[in-house]
Amino acid sequence: MANIAMEPAAARFRPGTSDTEIEAAALRSIKRRKQVVLFWQIAILVIALGLWEISSQLNWIDPFFYASPSLVVDRLYDWAVNGTTEGSLWYNLGITMEEALIGFFTGSIAGVVVGIGLGRNRMLSDIFSVYIKAINSIPRVVLAPIFIMIMGLGLASKVALAFIMVFFVVFANAFQGVREADRDMIANARILGASDWQVTRTVIVPSAMSWIFASLHVSFGFAIIGAIVGEFVGARFGIGQLISIAKGTFDAAGMFAAIVLVMIVTLVAEYIMTLVENRLAKWRPQQSLDTH
Amino acid sequence: MPMDQGRSPAIELINVTRRFVSPTGKTLTALRDFNMTVERGEFVAVVGPTGCGKSTTLNLVTGLARPSAGEVRLMGGPVSGIDPRVGFAFQKDALFPWKNVIDNVMAGPLFRGKSKADAERMAKDWLARVGLSKFLHHYPHQLSGGMRKRVALAQTFINEPEILLMDEPFSALDVQTRTVMHEELLKLWAERQASVVFVTHDLEEAVALADKVYVLTAGPATVKSVYKVELPRPRVVSEIRYDQQFIDYCKTIWEDLRQEVETSYRRASEAA
Repeated sequence: MANIAMEPAAARFRPGTSDTEIEAAALRSIKRRKQVVLFWQIAILVIALGLWEISSQLNWIDPFFYASPSLVVDRLYDWAVNGTTEGSLWYNLGITMEEALIGFFTGSIAGVVVGIGLGRNRMLSDIFSVYIKAINSIPRVVLAPIFIMIMGLGLASKVALAFIMVFFVVFANAFQGVREADRDMIANARILGASDWQVTRTVIVPSAMSWIFASLHVSFGFAIIGAIVGEFVGARFGIGQLISIAKGTFDAAGMFAAIVLVMIVTLVAEYIMTLVENRLAKWRPQQSLDTH
Repeated sequence: MPMDQGRSPAIELINVTRRFVSPTGKTLTALRDFNMTVERGEFVAVVGPTGCGKSTTLNLVTGLARPSAGEVRLMGGPVSGIDPRVGFAFQKDALFPWKNVIDNVMAGPLFRGKSKADAERMAKDWLARVGLSKFLHHYPHQLSGGMRKRVALAQTFINEPEILLMDEPFSALDVQTRTVMHEELLKLWAERQASVVFVTHDLEEAVALADKVYVLTAGPATVKSVYKVELPRPRVVSEIRYDQQFIDYCKTIWEDLRQEVETSYRRASEAA
């Protein structure tokens, strides 16, 4: 009996319960589960922020270094309404986004093209693999000073850094995706009459697509990192520059505010990407959609 | 010459040897002094122990692999690259999972330069023949194993191959579905009169379908013996298993095959 008592109430039915009732009960329990998950997600956020706020108010932690949620919100509001010391917040955010997006798109297109090209050609990949490994072993952020020295404080140096960060992730995934393409499927296409180019277009690219998408999720974050690190090292505008100035003036709230901004932007981008992916990948069997 | 071509067999493998060389330099012989002839319109089954090199023979005929020694001829001519007259049915699912049913079937004609409208008309026709007209816009993962096999058959048959190679195509299906697929295959084959090489490890399947059964030795594979199966056509696969003649064929060939299966089994356990 103890076992039965453990079951959720919705799972017990009298004999003769109609199918629609059972379905309705199942739907209710799914809905309830979602609500419980959402409740805890919100509760954890509220508790964490609340603890931070209280600790700061009661001076358990030094508000000068740790700020507090209310200070961060104040700062964001102030930036949004009155602008930052470096001009309008939206202008700065726009600059960072511009750098990140250009780097993201050029980097991922180049990564996909080179990845598929080398993946399809064993000779080329054998020749170039050693160089790719060598370049890949450089921590990307150390390139920031070099790019800024060569390309100056403007857009180009940040785009270059974002590009190089995105390129290698996407390249590695596209390359692997090509190599993982099913051999029988390729043989099937060839026997059905496909040329090399048709095999690439109709078999290789679609089967590498899930690998490529997996890398795109990560690499948008990398593009933002590239842009911000670039701005850190030397820039006139941008979120990275705001953080750098906040650091210089011991403005903890300013730093956290900038971080929150970047977080929101990245989450929105991630969400959009998941939508696009689900549209493109409607052929796939039921997948978990909890990436956003 | 055309007269000559008309009389030459559909497939000939003459003293074929196929060796694989691993990157470390080890060689593995899959086929040795292999001889096989498939007449036009003939249904040939190839049986042999697991891993003896049955699939290798098919790859040689498609042109995906080349013989290390010996000669492969199709319709009297040498094999150079992938031959458009060949169709291939795979053991695994080789459908494109990102294409729906009709796009999968249209792939062959489109690859071969047919217009979209023509390809679509042909695909609808073939899908009707395999009873899938209601599933044109389903994706492969939404279909059962048997339905996916039917899509695969339509995908292969739409190119109207004169030579049909089948590599244990029904081994992943349950027994009832398999019998249905056998009947379907024999029906399609009778309409088209293609030459078929059907590789299987299931002897009953081989006897039920084929005109000629090749028994291969444990690897490296060579032909051990060839049996002519003279059961009348059209055959009803679901009932043929109770036919005395069918049982006799199976017994005789099994006697022959068993030694090879045992050899292969013994080797596998020694290696392990």
